[in-house]
Amino acid sequence: MSATTDWSLAPASDIARAVSTGTVGARDVVAATLDRIARIDPAVNSFTERLAERATARAAELDAARARGDGLGPLAGVPFAVKNLFDVAGLPTRAGSRINREHAPASRDAALIRRLEAAGAVLVGTLGMGEYAYDFTGENIHDGNTRNPHALGHMSGGSSGGSGAAVAAGLVPLALASDTNGSIRVPAAFCGCFGLKPTYGRLSRAGSFPFVGSLDHLGPMARSSRDLALAYDAMQGADPEDPAMASRPAEPAAPDLDRGVADLRIAVAGGYFAQGGDPEAFAAVAHVARALGARRSVVIPEAARARAAAYLITAAEGAALHLDRLRSRAGDFDPAVRDRLLAGAMLPAPFVEQAQRFRRWYRDAVLALFREVDVILVPSTPVRAPRSGQTTFVLDGVELPVRPNIGVFTQPISFIGLPVAAVPVWLDGGLPLGVQVIAAPWNEALCLRVAHHLEREGAVRAPVATVKDTR
Amino acid sequence: MTDHAAETPTPDLDAYAAAAAPLLGLTLDPAWTGAVVAHLRVLHAAAGLVGGFPLPDTAEAAPVYTA
Repeated sequence: MSATTDWSLAPASDIARAVSTGTVGARDVVAATLDRIARIDPAVNSFTERLAERATARAAELDAARARGDGLGPLAGVPFAVKNLFDVAGLPTRAGSRINREHAPASRDAALIRRLEAAGAVLVGTLGMGEYAYDFTGENIHDGNTRNPHALGHMSGGSSGGSGAAVAAGLVPLALASDTNGSIRVPAAFCGCFGLKPTYGRLSRAGSFPFVGSLDHLGPMARSSRDLALAYDAMQGADPEDPAMASRPAEPAAPDLDRGVADLRIAVAGGYFAQGGDPEAFAAVAHVARALGARRSVVIPEAARARAAAYLITAAEGAALHLDRLRSRAGDFDPAVRDRLLAGAMLPAPFVEQAQRFRRWYRDAVLALFREVDVILVPSTPVRAPRSGQTTFVLDGVELPVRPNIGVFTQPISFIGLPVAAVPVWLDGGLPLGVQVIAAPWNEALCLRVAHHLEREGAVRAPVATVKDTR
Repeated sequence: MTDHAAETPTPDLDAYAAAAAPLLGLTLDPAWTGAVVAHLRVLHAAAGLVGGFPLPDTAEAAPVYTA
């Protein structure tokens, strides 16, 4: 890159190379990033805390280390931000809520922040989210809505709306997010960026505020599949502080990115995943399938029941987590979240247990499909980003509430913890759409390889949004 | 296995919510009741859908999922 490069907009991989070789100082990258956040974010409202002092000090440490001749990590000088359910030392972990901001400040950073910083990355702030992650819109009654950088009057998607918007607006090349029922994949679709929801149990959730323990995943969002892979690789590894973590060795994805897709059996999911959405949602899948030369199709069995079961488990587990707060502070919740949690608290136990038993059956049935195919493609959302505040939309001629129905295509996948790379598709001059590239458990590298191939072929891309400068 | 949730008469979810709230130590503001009951109705329908699937007795719950 030239001396005139705008480092605030550069990919993480370019920044890391340039900082490692001394082409640019980490302090210069961080300063450019903080300046761009100050200019652009007032229009987007993605950040909830900016950590200028911490980031500047960390960048200075990296520059000093390089001056001493120390090797820097694979993410040297890469600015990143995190959904505000990640612990950040010195800050209360608000998880999008009013109630949690009264908590004592966290005593140390979440595990994944520590791992990214150990690889040389620099935390620059925390990002907005739907309250307690029970959200697909990116709207938040306490902090204000995070706006879609590609169309400020539209939803960013949620619950990781701040993460998707900050990446799409070019405020950071990398953000961390969580996904319980679609909260990485939905904002990736609405904001037109990449996201990785790893296999359940792959990345440590230690030091993050939970929502639904048996469905919660953490993962990265970025504007390229290579940046996703770099971050994902840096965050892998066992952690006894997360009881749901699998005991698997790290399986790096970056080395395989350029292997292409010629050896892969790729199928489009029909049935449930080919109805109940706008035609553009399915056109996006067809576009990706064409670019991959995928002509197979599969039917994921009982996906509607899987979605219903995920819905039940989410309501019940979420309500149990928040029961004391619902008893003592119900008036301090976002009403849209509170009323769902109150209903979830009242769910009869057999309904929830039945959903967990169905989960076992469904997992076995879906895993059987992966004997015949390596990758399955489905839409990320049934629609492009709705307008902010929109409460209903019409799908297949039926008027439905927006909030719960944005996740119809993501919930049956995360329900059994499958790894997904969410890729952004631009079909026309309108807003982006997303496609889920799904593989069998522990095959994140394969998802990212497919995403990278699509990117190289020009079939998917994550451009920086043009947002009016407030200065 | 039968789909009880679908086959039984529509339950009075207003009455159910009013009875369940004190059992759970919750206070249900009358202004919230309509929305809570609407969500209960959606959850009841979801339970009917899941419950209508004939699971073998050997299908064990997966409360902490291992991928």
